[in-house]
Amino acid sequence: MSTKESATSSKHWPTIRFNVNGEARIVKVPPMKRLLDVLREDLHLTGTKEGCGEGECGSCSVRMNGELVNSCLVPVMQAEGADIQTVEGLALDGKLHPLQEAFLCHGGAQCGICTPGMLMAAAQLLEHSPNPAMAEIREALAGNLCRCTGFIRIFESVAAAVDAQSAGPATKLTMEQTHHAR
Amino acid sequence: MNTPTTTRIVGAAVPRKEGVDKLLGRACYVDDIDREGMWHGATVRSSIPRGLIRSIAFDRRIDWSEFAIVTAAGIPGENCIQLIVADQPCLADGKVNHCEEAILLLAHPDKHKLREAVGAVRVEYEPLPPVFTIEESERQDVIVWGADNLLKRFLLEKGDVDSAWARAAHIVEGEYRTGAQEHLYIENQGVIAEYSAEGGVTVWGSLQCPYYVFKALRPVFDLPEEKVRVIQTETGGAFGGKEDYPSTLACHAALLAMKSGHPVKMVYDRMEDLAATTKRHPSRVRHRTAVDRDGKLLAMEIDLATDGGAYATLSSTVLSRATLHATGPYLCPNIRLHARSWATNYVPYGAFRGFGAPQAIFAMERHMDEIAATIGIDPVELRRRNFLHVGDTNATEQLMREPVILDQLLDRALKESDYHARRAQFGRENPVSPVKRGMGIAAFYHGSGFTGSGEVYLNSLAGIDVTPDGKVRVLVSNTEFGQGTNTILTQIAAEALGIGYADVTMAAPDTGVVPNSGPTVASRTSMVIGRIIERACSQLLELLREHAGLGATCTPEEFFAACGRYRAVHGEVVSLCRYEAPPGIYWDDQRYHGEAYGAYAWAVYVAQVAVDTVTYSAEVENFWAVQEVGRVLHPVLAAGQIEGGIAQGVGYALYEKVVWQDGRMANNQMTNYIMPTAEDVPPIHVFFEEIPFRFGGFGAKGLGELPHDGPAPAILNAIRDATGVAFNSIPLMPEDLYLGLAAAQPAEETAAR
Amino acid sequence: MRGNAAMHDLVAPGNLGAVLDLLAAEPGAWTPIAGGTELMVAFSAGRLAAPKLVSLWGIPDLRTIEVTSQSVVIGAAATFLDLRRHAVIAAEFPLLAKAASWIGSIANQGRATLGGNLVNGSPAADSSPALLAYEAEIELISARGRRRVPYSQFHTGYKRNVLAADELLYAIYIQRRFVRHKQYLRKVGTRRAMAIAKVALGATALLENGVIREIRLGAASLAPFPTRLLQTEASLLGKTITRDTIQSAHRALLAEVKPIDDIRSTAEYRRRVAVNLLDEFLLQLRREESQ
Repeated sequence: MSTKESATSSKHWPTIRFNVNGEARIVKVPPMKRLLDVLREDLHLTGTKEGCGEGECGSCSVRMNGELVNSCLVPVMQAEGADIQTVEGLALDGKLHPLQEAFLCHGGAQCGICTPGMLMAAAQLLEHSPNPAMAEIREALAGNLCRCTGFIRIFESVAAAVDAQSAGPATKLTMEQTHHAR
Repeated sequence: MNTPTTTRIVGAAVPRKEGVDKLLGRACYVDDIDREGMWHGATVRSSIPRGLIRSIAFDRRIDWSEFAIVTAAGIPGENCIQLIVADQPCLADGKVNHCEEAILLLAHPDKHKLREAVGAVRVEYEPLPPVFTIEESERQDVIVWGADNLLKRFLLEKGDVDSAWARAAHIVEGEYRTGAQEHLYIENQGVIAEYSAEGGVTVWGSLQCPYYVFKALRPVFDLPEEKVRVIQTETGGAFGGKEDYPSTLACHAALLAMKSGHPVKMVYDRMEDLAATTKRHPSRVRHRTAVDRDGKLLAMEIDLATDGGAYATLSSTVLSRATLHATGPYLCPNIRLHARSWATNYVPYGAFRGFGAPQAIFAMERHMDEIAATIGIDPVELRRRNFLHVGDTNATEQLMREPVILDQLLDRALKESDYHARRAQFGRENPVSPVKRGMGIAAFYHGSGFTGSGEVYLNSLAGIDVTPDGKVRVLVSNTEFGQGTNTILTQIAAEALGIGYADVTMAAPDTGVVPNSGPTVASRTSMVIGRIIERACSQLLELLREHAGLGATCTPEEFFAACGRYRAVHGEVVSLCRYEAPPGIYWDDQRYHGEAYGAYAWAVYVAQVAVDTVTYSAEVENFWAVQEVGRVLHPVLAAGQIEGGIAQGVGYALYEKVVWQDGRMANNQMTNYIMPTAEDVPPIHVFFEEIPFRFGGFGAKGLGELPHDGPAPAILNAIRDATGVAFNSIPLMPEDLYLGLAAAQPAEETAAR
Repeated sequence: MRGNAAMHDLVAPGNLGAVLDLLAAEPGAWTPIAGGTELMVAFSAGRLAAPKLVSLWGIPDLRTIEVTSQSVVIGAAATFLDLRRHAVIAAEFPLLAKAASWIGSIANQGRATLGGNLVNGSPAADSSPALLAYEAEIELISARGRRRVPYSQFHTGYKRNVLAADELLYAIYIQRRFVRHKQYLRKVGTRRAMAIAKVALGATALLENGVIREIRLGAASLAPFPTRLLQTEASLLGKTITRDTIQSAHRALLAEVKPIDDIRSTAEYRRRVAVNLLDEFLLQLRREESQ
């Protein structure tokens, strides 16, 4: 796809290096280009979605240096040297990640547009909190809007993935008990 | 209540058909797709709600020769978006009737230059006085549509209302209002269009109804059927918002494709999608109800009005469904219902899950609680005394022949929610707590499929074929947008043919490939289309038994072998069927009399709500949903639909407000249009009763819209229970709760607490 | 998406000295950008007027959190997750930890910085009521040197502050003297998460035999910028909590706040809820005193 010359000459664009899903990538783009757009347009990783461009919906969530970020709010310059994981990097060697398995079994995805970001947020949670209470799950996913599921089956999917990963009983607290926990 | 029919696949929680791709991030939504040589398109829109276009100027700082520009004058065929009434232009021609109305289209290969160009078009207007409320439109001082602002009217009458007032022990009046609601699908609207003189128009896009878009493109381009093709891309949520609007967007992109000679992608950003596309019709419903001493309904007089916005779009059918759901699941011998949809100068309202029923049911179910309070009867008991039963006639004098189990649903809802015990507990706790809690219920139904003769009119054609490499394809124009179309229809086909779930796929939702089986709306897919697919499968088996030596029972291998033999002789293996109405459906469109719907899903919902008197915020703490929906085809998908619909209903009641300023949506960003997050949704407990419906796919009735009907009235009834104050308007924001509670009780001395 | 990346220059010198030199060389020409959770929203909306930006992300000097015996010094580029994860802040400055947990989503908390929250200067800033209640001090830095300003004097008007054209917000100081104070923080938003404050009140107080010896009240969304409620504090200082002092505190509060009607809420609601939050705090104090 050809694009015309932009206002600031591309000669001045920096070369930015980072890892995506374990692979070294290099781009030469305007430093303010959103990481979201670099992933989708320059690296053709279209799994990460744009839902709002305001950091509200979380469909653009990726993991950068072990933290969850909204890639629509990250200028790619600030990703220099970073380790980035997108939804495309969740499944390993052709096998679904336990979260992906759980979402498939428990109805965690309906239309699927929030799903990549939701999986990233859930993966982030489980990496730091392998046995989260329901209140923690709710908090961890509060920045990922889903209009289809009402979140209920997403909570169940995450709880099921916890079960699968720990092979032990998940926290037994009901949603009711933890609904108002802060 | 469960029938003993055993099935292997229908009723099982098989994996979502397209689930793996969605989970891997491989599913292709329209903005993930690029076409060779593709340009981008954008829209110059009206900044005023009503007026004449005096001039359009193009700022000279832009090199306009690089752009494709399309105005109304450049439309090859008719400047009109075909839907029901031919009133909505594709592009404004000399006048505008709402903010954000499309005036002019631009295309360019560079998105940034395009954005700059949109800002460089200056439109000068001669403003005309706009109409912004139902009341203003009704007064007809200013006429903004047709001869009288009236988009549609219905009069529904049963019995003799006028003679009933004298016999009434009580007459209760109430006025109830609902606001606009935005779909907020997480994927914004978008299409890609291509045009060539030889090939005609092709459009890919995020949409619900490929054949609606097909039907809209043809007259705009004056093209025959074979030169128009519409293909649905993976669609990230719709909820009715992609039922009609994509027709406009597709025409826009295709016009730019024609003018530029390039494929054109038009994908809205969130701000444009919120500001410029359809929303749920606001409503005002006035009830006047006569009851006897025991609370039995003697007569209902209802004035139901909706705000249709600037063009008719689907206002007539929304009004129709509102009319047919306005009297609730109750027996009432005398009814008069005036329903009217009024034009205003807001962005045209359109389809949204429930389609008039949420508005009508909000009013009816709030009103039942007001009646209960007025006459001193418990709201649960009042409903029980008035429920419809088999053998009763409803508002349109439809005889209830199929089972109606409202009593059992109510009993179960009360039991599962521990309704009475909770209410008693809150009654004790509320006086000494700054948080007031209450319980509220709503009882309701939702008619499955198109109204009356609608399904006959649609005359859907659908079926299956078998590919040479041994896959059965479901051939429908009904689409997947999260609700599970792909899964349930392939389940049905696999079950009916006796083969594996993995042996069945969906044919591409492409008007060049699949027949017109009607739109994906009105909760019709599982019931109507599912049944057609079932029949098409039986028809194929018969054909194979007759012509290809298939035995009376067979294994999957034998089935496919027979298909091979049949193909060898006939060249293809395909089985299509047309819709067949269940027997005895009689509907009078003029008098609104007869079988309004072939089937109803029934429900009782219970909400537990907490009102914080420090912040005046209301939160739903718990929610129980009991419904009878015919056969549940897929337990996980079905529960997911109920939960998702309830979450939207919670938003409708307490969070989602469209803030209009001079006809423009002022809060057109996700930071300011508030939907519930994962921290806001209550636990939701879903219970199904199943009474298989003989004429639905494997016994299914519709359930996609039902769950959006019940939450708002249940929640506001709970707030009434918690506070003793009646709130009759949604969205009910803390600012409104504050005014209502402060008016009911002057501010107490702090130290007295 | 309405921003054009090619129209902006973004440089990342990677160290504080270079950033300060740049700001000194061309004062007012460079807009600092830390986590981007405000500026990138404006960029996407096509409203970012800053043609030249200098990144503060990844500069270690700006992101440290130091603890001395007297104070905690928070680097301006410390993120809200940094605050939540810091043991001393969690233990001794619970209002700040709480505020940090309310700012947007986890994804936002990992990028949004304390300094950015203050410099952005929204009247609804989530961290402000807590910092006001803790009587924080702001340290500003430039190539010319450093200076300190009480945080309560940092904002001078709607989205205006005392930063000179060549200055950066460098650090926030909070004194480790609130462990025995009664503390209160409540934010009233449009929903439980991802909400801009309609009203927020932060408070610290020290009582002795029922008499209020110290009181600091910080409010959001009741004025063009986050403010201390000085008149309300004055009405309570040296008093016991009685019906009369509560009523006179109401009067002082209503006289000094200037809430507005806006897209999220109304002035009348904000006024009423501000009174209710104050009451909730005072009644909590009275209850705890009598125990």
